[in-house]
Amino acid sequence: MKKLVVIGAGMASGRLLEQLFEAAPGEWHVTLFNAEPRGNYNRLMLSPVLSGEKTYEQIVTHDADWYAAHGVDCRFGEPVVRIDRANRAVYSNTGGAPYDALVIATGSAPFIIPVPGSDLPGVVTYRDLEDTNAMIEAGVAGKDAVVVGGGLLGLEAAAGMAARGASVTVVHLMGHLMERQLDPAAGYLLQRDLERRGIKVHCKGATKAILGHDRAEAVLLEDGTVHAADLVCMAVGIRPEVRLANDAHLEVERGIVVDDALRTSDPHIFALGECVEHRSQVFGLVAPLYDQAKVLARTLLGEEAAFRPVQTATKLKVTGCDLYSAGDFAEGEGREDIVFRDPGRGIYKRLVLENDRIVGVVMYGDTADGNWFYGLMKDETDIGEMRDTLIFGPAFQGGTTLDPMAAVAALPPEAEICGCNGVCKGTIVDAVLGGAHTLDAVRACTKASGSCGTCTGLVEQVMKLTLGDGFVAPVPAGICKCTDHSHEDVRRLIRSMGLKSIPAVMQELGWKTVGGCHSCRPALNYYLLAEYPLDYRDDRQSRFVNERNHANIQKDGTYSVVPRMWGGVTTPGELRAIADAAEKYAVPMVKVTGGQRIDLLGVRKEDLPHIWADLNAAGLVSGHAYSKGLRTVKTCVGSEFCRFGTQDSTGLGIRLEKLLWGSWTPHKVKLGVSGCPRNCAEATCKDVGVICVDSGYQISVAGAAGMEVKETEPLASTPSEDEAVEIITAFIQLYREHARYLDRPYKWVAKVGLDWVKAQVADLPTRRALVERFEVSQSVYRRDPWAEHSTTTETPKWAPLADLTLEAAE
Amino acid sequence: MTIFVDIGALDDIPRQGARVIRTAQGCVAVFRTLDDRVFALDDRCPHKGGPLSEGMVHGDRVTCPLHNWVFDMNSGAAQGADEGAVRTWPVRVERGRVLISAELVSRSNAA
Repeated sequence: MKKLVVIGAGMASGRLLEQLFEAAPGEWHVTLFNAEPRGNYNRLMLSPVLSGEKTYEQIVTHDADWYAAHGVDCRFGEPVVRIDRANRAVYSNTGGAPYDALVIATGSAPFIIPVPGSDLPGVVTYRDLEDTNAMIEAGVAGKDAVVVGGGLLGLEAAAGMAARGASVTVVHLMGHLMERQLDPAAGYLLQRDLERRGIKVHCKGATKAILGHDRAEAVLLEDGTVHAADLVCMAVGIRPEVRLANDAHLEVERGIVVDDALRTSDPHIFALGECVEHRSQVFGLVAPLYDQAKVLARTLLGEEAAFRPVQTATKLKVTGCDLYSAGDFAEGEGREDIVFRDPGRGIYKRLVLENDRIVGVVMYGDTADGNWFYGLMKDETDIGEMRDTLIFGPAFQGGTTLDPMAAVAALPPEAEICGCNGVCKGTIVDAVLGGAHTLDAVRACTKASGSCGTCTGLVEQVMKLTLGDGFVAPVPAGICKCTDHSHEDVRRLIRSMGLKSIPAVMQELGWKTVGGCHSCRPALNYYLLAEYPLDYRDDRQSRFVNERNHANIQKDGTYSVVPRMWGGVTTPGELRAIADAAEKYAVPMVKVTGGQRIDLLGVRKEDLPHIWADLNAAGLVSGHAYSKGLRTVKTCVGSEFCRFGTQDSTGLGIRLEKLLWGSWTPHKVKLGVSGCPRNCAEATCKDVGVICVDSGYQISVAGAAGMEVKETEPLASTPSEDEAVEIITAFIQLYREHARYLDRPYKWVAKVGLDWVKAQVADLPTRRALVERFEVSQSVYRRDPWAEHSTTTETPKWAPLADLTLEAAE
Repeated sequence: MTIFVDIGALDDIPRQGARVIRTAQGCVAVFRTLDDRVFALDDRCPHKGGPLSEGMVHGDRVTCPLHNWVFDMNSGAAQGADEGAVRTWPVRVERGRVLISAELVSRSNAA
């Protein structure tokens, strides 16, 4: 048997060995050296390992059994130190091996910017399992991490560390993220999405030094910014690992120079992977490396084969950031753009055309048609005929419905589905017809979706097309286990099918359980009362205990009672009534809340209607401190008393609270009104905040001060108090009509986009219609539930049904 | 043979809701389902003591209001991954009246 020595057990050489053993078992005896103390694993899956979604064991591609079965002599943990070309042998730190053919697959090394401090402990790279484990073991939770480099690798590292609880800042030298794959518009959308996920992004940031005494403490940029950093991850780029080849005097430029057959300047030595340079090009993505593996396998078996790099597409493996990029998208003479933007949904698609052919594709937010565009680009299809509707994708060509299955059905057999492994639709169809009826089976025999996994959905669609109803694909998440319908679907169907009760929804939409569960019932109740305020009757039994009992349950089963104090203003009479009630019902704790009112904690359930009646008598009503609805409007004293106040912030706060109280919303809503920019009412971390200024009112929305802390974003400014009230009312109604149940406004705004929200409330007819619908709803709900539940007929229902201890005593 | 005592009218308990009765053995929650079946369970979640009577009733299940443990009201057994059970008591409906096991009245059983 001829002797083949391979240096480096990476993804490229792993694929080479697979091809070699499959085509001609027994032709070569293989000795495999690897500096890492392990065999080949899927390096594309390091980010799920970093984020904790997968373990190392789950990403191993070749285990000890596989190597043994193919007679591979594994020398793991043995870095090769020298190649003796004259005697055709390699030497490692502990031994050596002779060869008839040698394959260098040493991959690449991460590039570390040589700034002061780059050698401090705490500065790591992100390239292999050791790096990944170092980051995991550093225990990043709660620490500050800085990732230098906003390319593919850097962003995956950032997302992984953020998932483990680190506070992550990405420092990127260029003006926008992933500038090699994205244009500025898509880069901006990506940055926005990452920032929503709590990852800070600093573009145009040149690293000057890493500061710290014994270990990294901060990163200093050229512009003087300092970012705190317990951990610094360098992900600025890679360079081919060519030291062995250099020492052996092979021809080396940026990488080890190879010809089309992947032969180096020595006819017995070959190279593939990230360490090579082919026709002045080096490679970083996996697809061309797999092509090289195919070609080299044939070369080693004495067949003619030539490596021709093709354009590859890029996808980012960060959950929630959906982007696709392929080809060339620089602007240039003779180039034209077709651009589609839906800022509300964060969707951006751009096709770059030259001579009626696609030369570049950039997509963000909705990348379903990426492979179709890519196919047109690769085949240089003349798109002149369909140019008008091209951007809408394959489903639009020929007038078929906009069904994702139709889009997949429209793909020709040679359309590429899995970019990593170069698997086309026809191959998958053949595999399915050949008996592969599960995703795992298709993966095993075609490798489709086996590397980065982003095409899994597409592969499933091809399987479904081929198998018809015989294939059950995992469905998108429903509201809960009772249904496969998502919140959005249910809401849409309630409207379009005119469903007006919970049983009707469950019946018509095929609920799988009897009576739903504690997740879907409150959501359905909300959607129905928001859609049909006049027809639908609120279902108390579908509410959580706090909303059903109009008080907050405490851990011992007692309740807290919070009367409303409009705008945080009260009177001696009200305070006296509260004090009397606290004494009368032996309230264990009286506490001032963060929303400028008073909380009576520890009230027994049977006392609730009585204490409410007492408070009602003093003019106090429910503060809804328990509801997914309007909670409080926090105010400062404003121009009434304060020497800095510019407007009557207290008066505006009271007016807003009297307008909005009692309304049900998808989640709780808190407002703040400050009389001047000193912002004593802390309005800029509320769901809606108003800052009064000399010229009027600045309205901002979508703040948060809970598990997440977020400043509000400007919605509108107006000189008129009336208009301010109208805009705020319209915003609340828009939130009521569109947000998913249990999404606070900041989450909802992040999903639909602030620009869309602004456009809705800025357009006068739309705004007026929203306000009108809000008023219709409030005609039902602007009332005090405490009064309704403390009548003589209702009060007994709060006490036990029977007391058998009394009968026992008799 | 179980002896039953009258504790009230079925209509005093809301559908998909519950009422509490005080007994010598602690509070017991009496549930009524959408289809008018009744169940009686100790009003105390084995997890953190939450009042099950305040939970949401769906089918013949109830979800504890404190931490969303779900119990099958037929057996009192916790569902899903949670382990534990609530004691159930014999209860039935006759001519619109709810009757419960008389052992809840006797003092000798008091814990």
